[in-house]
Amino acid sequence: MTDKNDYPTLANADLIDAERSLFCDARPVPYEPYPVDFVEKFANWVRANSLWVLAFGTGCGAIELNPLMTSRFDANRYGIQMRPTPRQSCVIVVAGYSSVKTLKRIIRSYEQMQGPKFVLGLGICSLNGGMYWDSYNTIKRIDQYIPIDLYVTGCMPRPEALLAGFIELKDKIKAGQCDGTNRYVKDFDWYKANQKKVIKNWDMPDYNW
Amino acid sequence: MDIWISKIGYYFLNVGIVLVYGLLLGAFIAKTMARVQGRIGIPIYQPFIDILKTFTKRQAISHGIMFNLGPAFRLAGGLGTLAFIPVIYGNEMFSNFSAAGDLLLVMYFIFFGQLGMALGSGESGHPYAAMGIGRGLAQMTAYEVPFTLAVVAIFIQYDTSSITEIVAAQQGSIWNWTLFTNPLAVIAAMIAFLGMAAYPPFDVAMAPNEIPIGPPTEFHSHFLSMMQMNRAIFAGAKLILFMNLFFGGATGLIELVFKTWAIYMVAILVGAAFPRFRTEQAVRFFLGVPMLIGIASVLYIQYWAQ
Amino acid sequence: MIEALKQRLSEHFQLTNLTIKNAGLAFLWVEKHELEMLLRQLRDFEGYTHLSFIIASDHIEKNQFKLTYMLHNYDTKHDLGVHVDISRVNASMHSIHPLWAQAWTYQRELKEMYGIDFPESPRVDEDFCLEGWDDMPPMRRDFDTVKYCEEHFDDRDGRATEENRQTMKVNIYPERGE
Repeated sequence: MTDKNDYPTLANADLIDAERSLFCDARPVPYEPYPVDFVEKFANWVRANSLWVLAFGTGCGAIELNPLMTSRFDANRYGIQMRPTPRQSCVIVVAGYSSVKTLKRIIRSYEQMQGPKFVLGLGICSLNGGMYWDSYNTIKRIDQYIPIDLYVTGCMPRPEALLAGFIELKDKIKAGQCDGTNRYVKDFDWYKANQKKVIKNWDMPDYNW
Repeated sequence: MDIWISKIGYYFLNVGIVLVYGLLLGAFIAKTMARVQGRIGIPIYQPFIDILKTFTKRQAISHGIMFNLGPAFRLAGGLGTLAFIPVIYGNEMFSNFSAAGDLLLVMYFIFFGQLGMALGSGESGHPYAAMGIGRGLAQMTAYEVPFTLAVVAIFIQYDTSSITEIVAAQQGSIWNWTLFTNPLAVIAAMIAFLGMAAYPPFDVAMAPNEIPIGPPTEFHSHFLSMMQMNRAIFAGAKLILFMNLFFGGATGLIELVFKTWAIYMVAILVGAAFPRFRTEQAVRFFLGVPMLIGIASVLYIQYWAQ
Repeated sequence: MIEALKQRLSEHFQLTNLTIKNAGLAFLWVEKHELEMLLRQLRDFEGYTHLSFIIASDHIEKNQFKLTYMLHNYDTKHDLGVHVDISRVNASMHSIHPLWAQAWTYQRELKEMYGIDFPESPRVDEDFCLEGWDDMPPMRRDFDTVKYCEEHFDDRDGRATEENRQTMKVNIYPERGE
């Protein structure tokens, strides 16, 4: 752990006093890669070959996630499987549009995942708003709120496209290019400011450990 | 002194073998199911990668001391169960710490891991974990009843509580197996085994689509990798225990693999055919006919067979 | 059948209009103060026991909201919509949750999306879909969604928007252009 002075505590200003003691106020800290290069490469290979996807349908694109497990597409053979709890999963798929209400849940789930963690944006809506470009309740760029490692664009992308996206993600992880977890920690204040700008009723701690 | 050092060395060899075997068995079943469904399925080495993956997570949040200790207790339960079970009969390397009274210790260790886990996940503070513990412990208490009755019948039948001696008494002919000398006890114990295996219809505590996913909800990173390892070791130890008690033990590695695989398939086939019980249905089921079969097996062996 | 129904209802209520869309669908217009009694009559005596939904539409030109209560009769398989016009200024309506308990959910949604108040409806002031919304109710027609969007969400560079009508005319249906 790094010295606490380098990472001052979070204000948690939006919590009511009775709840403040229930939540952690420590800032997130970046994780260090393994000191030995060979070990880090091996770890990346392992991470790439065991992608546990958070089974959280954030939008219409979630309908494309379910067929992945069926006989036709069989994502199991790439080491992809669904986990029902954010604690144990390492990939979150932002499937399609996300309304402000969903964004809050996405952030909570994302922050509860343990690093290294990866985010896959599915569908044009997560990229630039897509057909919801003028919606009062749909955010346009998900990468302003959580760090995205890979986009699969389309409306809707078919499961084949999603599968290709997963394979691309695996290649990126193996190459050690997916540093979203540390980017989020590094630009934490920027991300948090963006999140609080759109989420009006912020009634949770600043970082959901 | 030397004998203890070599025994401990052999024990860790056994742990390694059972761990690898348990993981491969799980992967093999998953692969078989995938083939039945017309899929390619996971690679056979996927469970090893999964364990390494959870182990190479670089962040792990803790919820407190008991939370940290929970998976350790769980793993200790699995290791303890295995420690007193002779894996292969008549082989010094694979006999572990089997001694008089070890069956009682083993039954205790089967409980021990679950209780430690209950304490650990209780501290995680997640409501699903608490619900999963309640369901799991209720179900465990229920299936322990027919299992214990079956074990009592075995105590009476062989007049010993040493697993090695129980296996020794079953050698010679296939008709010496408990399966044929005391079929009622085997039936009761195999029904209890369905509950232990946590496959449908008795997987309400752990099923991902019931309460995601029960006690381990909050466990992650290296905590989870310990639990994954325990899952393999514990499953292997239970299979070997049942093989020893009821199916004549094993005198060689191939016999061991074949018999444990066959016992495992019982749970798989039943799970493939029956839908999930709710907790109170499972409790009522175990305390009904299986318990009566267990009592009948005790009475049969006490008053009829001798 | 529907004519007979209108006859029976006209004895008690001032029905301002009746539109028969087809054999299975008709619409009634009724005054605001008579709505609850009419719905009770329909539910208890005419067999329209099911409330399918409540919707509102914004008639900003007439300075009115039009509320539509859609009822269904299981015996005759007939749908009957009851229209009520209410004023757009300080829009408010009687709650019908004593008649159908599910109505309060619709009323809560209407309160959030259109700003129509339903006094005494349970939990009507709680957030429904929009959490912490502090602007004009977004389904009102004078709410400028594009402007709101520009203020709150950032565009990604490189996005080109084509005006729909022009695109259709020029690219897709050139021969049928207006």
